[in-house]
This record gives sequence, structure tokens and C-alpha cells, in this order.
Amino acid sequence: MASAASDASIANPQVLNKVKPLDMPRRELVENKRDFHWVTEKICGIVEGKTPIWWWFLFACSIFLASFTGIGLVYLVASGVGVWGLANPVNWGWAIVNFVFWIGIGHAGTLISAILCLLRQKWRTSINRAAEAMTIFAVICAGIFPVFHTGRPWFALLPGYLLPAPNSNWIWPQFRSPLEWDVFAVSTYGTVSVLFWYMGMLPDLGVLRDRAKVLWRKYFYGILAMGWRNSNRHWRNYEMAYLLLAGLSTPLVLSVHTIVSFDFAASNLPGWHTTIFPPYFVAGAIFSGFGMVLTLMLPLRAVYGLHDLITQYHIDCMCKIILATGTMVGYAYAMEFFIAWYGANPYEGFAFVNRAFGQYAWAYWIMISCNVISPQLFWFKWIRERHWLVWIICGFVNCGMWFERFVITCTSLANDFLPSSWGYYSPTIVDIFTFFGTFGLFSTLFLLFIRFLPLMPIAEIKAVMPQADAHGDHGKGEHH
Amino acid sequence: MSKEKKTYGLVASFKETPKFFHAAEQVRDAGFKNWDCYTPFPVHGLDAAMGLSRSKVPVMTLLGGITGFTTGVLLTWYMNKVDYPLVVGGKPLWSPIFPFPIMYELTILLAAFGTLGGMFLFNLLPRHNHPVWEYEDFGKSSDDTLMIVIEKKDPQFDPEKTKAFLEDIGGENIEFIKV
Repeated sequence: MASAASDASIANPQVLNKVKPLDMPRRELVENKRDFHWVTEKICGIVEGKTPIWWWFLFACSIFLASFTGIGLVYLVASGVGVWGLANPVNWGWAIVNFVFWIGIGHAGTLISAILCLLRQKWRTSINRAAEAMTIFAVICAGIFPVFHTGRPWFALLPGYLLPAPNSNWIWPQFRSPLEWDVFAVSTYGTVSVLFWYMGMLPDLGVLRDRAKVLWRKYFYGILAMGWRNSNRHWRNYEMAYLLLAGLSTPLVLSVHTIVSFDFAASNLPGWHTTIFPPYFVAGAIFSGFGMVLTLMLPLRAVYGLHDLITQYHIDCMCKIILATGTMVGYAYAMEFFIAWYGANPYEGFAFVNRAFGQYAWAYWIMISCNVISPQLFWFKWIRERHWLVWIICGFVNCGMWFERFVITCTSLANDFLPSSWGYYSPTIVDIFTFFGTFGLFSTLFLLFIRFLPLMPIAEIKAVMPQADAHGDHGKGEHH
Repeated sequence: MSKEKKTYGLVASFKETPKFFHAAEQVRDAGFKNWDCYTPFPVHGLDAAMGLSRSKVPVMTLLGGITGFTTGVLLTWYMNKVDYPLVVGGKPLWSPIFPFPIMYELTILLAAFGTLGGMFLFNLLPRHNHPVWEYEDFGKSSDDTLMIVIEKKDPQFDPEKTKAFLEDIGGENIEFIKV
């Protein structure tokens, strides 16, 4: 504070009088001058109010849809993996596509909660809780596929097979396999995401506990809140721990999709064996994840009237991230083609020409139009302000990213080195049931989340409101 | 059970953050030791205003991280080199390079557990009872009210003088918390 006078002279040099810069106030993160109590009431009200009819309707639909996954998996375990469409030469089909798709969806949650926290992007506060929940549920949906593709899921789950533990065969996992790295990466990712999510929720569970009127609520939120009492001696450790978890999650989230891409890149197949895969997969993951965040948050904002908390500014920011990562993905597609030509490997060159003009060209062009062309519409403010358009474009993004994984997986496998062994992969009805049912599982978990847990971080939102500023300069400057 | 209720301390409420912040600084400057602030959100800079030192959670993070990394090294070395050696492509049985993802992930996993565990440990949580909850309006501290509590066990605590002091620095609804 001693250097306040000199700071002022640095901030207002003489040149400003000449150039007369435009006064551009910071966008407010909570609009309409709401107070702290309003925020508490608004967010707790979602959990404490009567269960809406639409919730029951959607919940029933989601459970019904989820049952398709259940049926698909029971049939798979009862009959064997032959019920899926896998056959030579394509022995990695929808299962790995769906796995990578769902893991990718989860990445936006960690990006919002960790990377944007480190970058001090305050607009993350109102969307991070829901995005983290999305991460966890997406990892659950993703986990189904590697576990069940073994045909005997107990082999995948019991320690001693995928996870190292002493077993009766006296053997250990081989750590040279990227698939074994995946086991560690994905299980660490799921666990750390849950820890981060839970710790962020601790103060808000305390709020719900303090407001609870019914006995079961007092116990439920009381036990979950672990005796949190908003003491500054708690906040001190909490904020440090939050920052550290953000710092740990950042390299984690980058490593997870990198390792997922190693599943492909560490093999010797044309179209897979490329060094561009790790950054390209991570960008694609964030791209698809933000698509899913907007797909979920736009309807919630409308239904619960959260317009003051998720403002146009938030939507703009998310659209711009989709635009940026979508452009990166488009660049990666172009660069893959360039390197395939420049590398002068005939197999590599063929793999890419075959992607765009071969038997899977339809999937390739769906991918290009959804992932490269559709996000470019977010350059226009007019489109970003039409939320139904944003929602539809996000649907394209999600669809496009699924097709991206399909194109990568199937085109390389279906047409490899020997034309005599070429084939064409088609999913069976069991594949289709199992995959579409996971959307039901995801929605079921998400609906339970919005009904029982605080949808937004109450404390964090309050902390970015102008009233929370201890120096009373109402957010005009952050330099103190 | 007709035990006389004992005084735990004095609580003062504040509605405005700047006023509360300056009050906290004044409590610190007055030399109180056993006192605390209760705020619905983390107030930026309040640690310094209360005279608190830096949090010790990073120690636990580091310990967790070192444990995780060592576990990763020992795990992969023992399994692939000692107990089940398998020559793959004529390459060495163990090197620090190929199982690095395992070490990396285990470092992060155990560092995260160390961080969360450290947060609970240094906060002395879980603790499902605390004298401050005896104050009937305490629930407001998670809504829109900032509170300062000065405990009776502080050597400077004096029912009358401390109450007057809290009034002086701008506190409202000053009450004794009885346990």
C-alpha cells in the first residue's frame, strides 16, 4: 500500500490524456447487483425446493435409457465379446471409441476447475462445480468400456489383473504397455477428480447443513461437511489445498489424454503412429468437454433462472474456448495430412487419403464439418447470443468428436498394410445399445447431482462479487 | 444436568467486508491470540490481517508426492526386473524411462491424497461439534455475515472491556457464546 501513489502514476501516464482510451469496465460476474443472501438462497433453493415434475420425468427417461447399457452388458457377459461387431481386421471398435469419447468429455471439467483456477479466470466460479461433476460421471461412463471389453469384467476389476497384486499365476503387469499406463492414468484421474470435487464442495455442504430443517438432511449434509465451520483458520488451509490440487490436476489432465493417445501412437499402424497425437488429443478433449458443459448448463440456466450467475460473459468465454480448441483440432487434422505427405511413407500417405476418400469418407466428412466448420460460427457475437444456436452447435461438436475417434480407430485398422486382409467394420445392436445407454447413465447421475448437491460453488461465487472485496474498491482493480 | 453454562467467548457480526477487514486488523493489533474470523467465503488478504502464518498443507503434498514417486519406482522395478523378469524386444528389464507414466501418476495420486489429508489434519477436521455452534445466529456466517469471535481463554479477555472493544471496532450484535 505504501507504493500506492507511484502505482497510480504508472497506471495513469501522461500519454493517456492524449490517446483518450476507451473506458472498458470489467464484465460483472454476478449481474443485477445481487447480494450474498440472494446467492445462498438461489443455489440452496435448487436442492431444498420441492422436486420438480420435469426432474421426475427426465429421471425416469434417463433410467430407462441407462437400462439399455445394462441389457447390453448383461448380454455381453452372458454370451461373450463376439456379440460386439469386432472382427478381423478391426478388433478395436466402438468400445475404445466410446472410452476415448467419454474420457475426453471429462477433460473440460478439470480444465475449468484446475487450469482456469491457476490462470485466475474468475468466470470459472459459477460453472466449475457442475463441470467437475460432469468429469466424474463421464469417467464412470468411460470406465465401463475397457472393463467390459474383456468379456469377463471381474478379471478387469479384481486386483492382480490390471492393477498389480500378487495372484495365483505368479505374474505381474508389464509396464511397457501403454494400456497399463492407461490403467494408472484413468484411475488416478477419476480418484483425483473426486477428491478435488469433494474438497471444493466442503464449504457449500456446510451451508446446506446450516440451513437444514429436516433430520435426514442434517445428518446427510452434516456428515459430508465434516464439521466445516467457515473459520478463517480453515479457509487458510483450504485455499492452499485448493491451489495445490489445481496445480496437481493440471499436469494430470494433460497426462491422461496424452496416455490415452499413446494407446494409439505407441503402435506401428499408419495413421496412429504419429507424434502429434498427445497435444491433438488433449485439445480435442477440451473442445468436446466444453461442448458438453454448454449442452448441460444452457438448459439448467433456463430452467432454474440462473441468468445472473451464468451471464452472457460466461457463455461468450466458453464459446471462445470451443472456437480456439476447435481451430487447434482443425490445425491438427491439416498437419496430419501434411506430415503424411512430407514423411514420404506410402502407407502413411495412403492411410490419410483413404480416410478422406475411402470407405469411411462419410465419417471423415461428418467429423470435419462438425469439428472444424461448426465452431467457426462462434466468431460471431450474434450467434453466441442466440443460446439455442449455441446449444445446437455444441451438439455438433459432441457428435463430431465421437466421429473423430471413430475415424482414427476404424480407418487405420480396416485398411492396413495388406489389401487381402482389409475389411469393413459395422457395430451390432449390442454395441449401439451399450453406447446410447451410457447417455442415460450419465444423465441419471447428473440429475441426482443437481437434486442433492450444490450445483454451484456458493462460497467461490461470493468471493468474486464486488462486496467481497476487503478494500471496497468494488472490483475496479485487483492490484492490492 | 443443571450445570451452569460457561462462556466460550464473544462474537461480533459485520455486514460489510471492508469494515470487517479493518476490524480484524485492529483485533490483531490489540494483541489477541485466541480468536478467529468466520466468513461465508475466503476473504482475500485476511490471513495477513489476522497475522496468520503460511499454511503448512504443502508439506503433506510434498510427502505424498515423494511417497508416490518412490512407490512407482519400486513397484515397476520389483515387478518387471526382480520378481517377473521378461525380456521384451531385447531391451533392459527395467529403466526409469518406460514406466515413467506409472511413477508420474502415482506421484500425483498420493500428492493429492496428501493435500486433502493435510487440509483435514491441519484444520483438525472432521469435528462435528464446536462451541461456536451454540451461538444461535451462527448459521448466518455461512450466508451473508462475517463474524469475529474472541475466546475467553485469551489472556487479554475481559467480558466488559472486550465487549466494548468489539463495539468500538464496528461490530454489531455482540453476544456471549455460552457452552
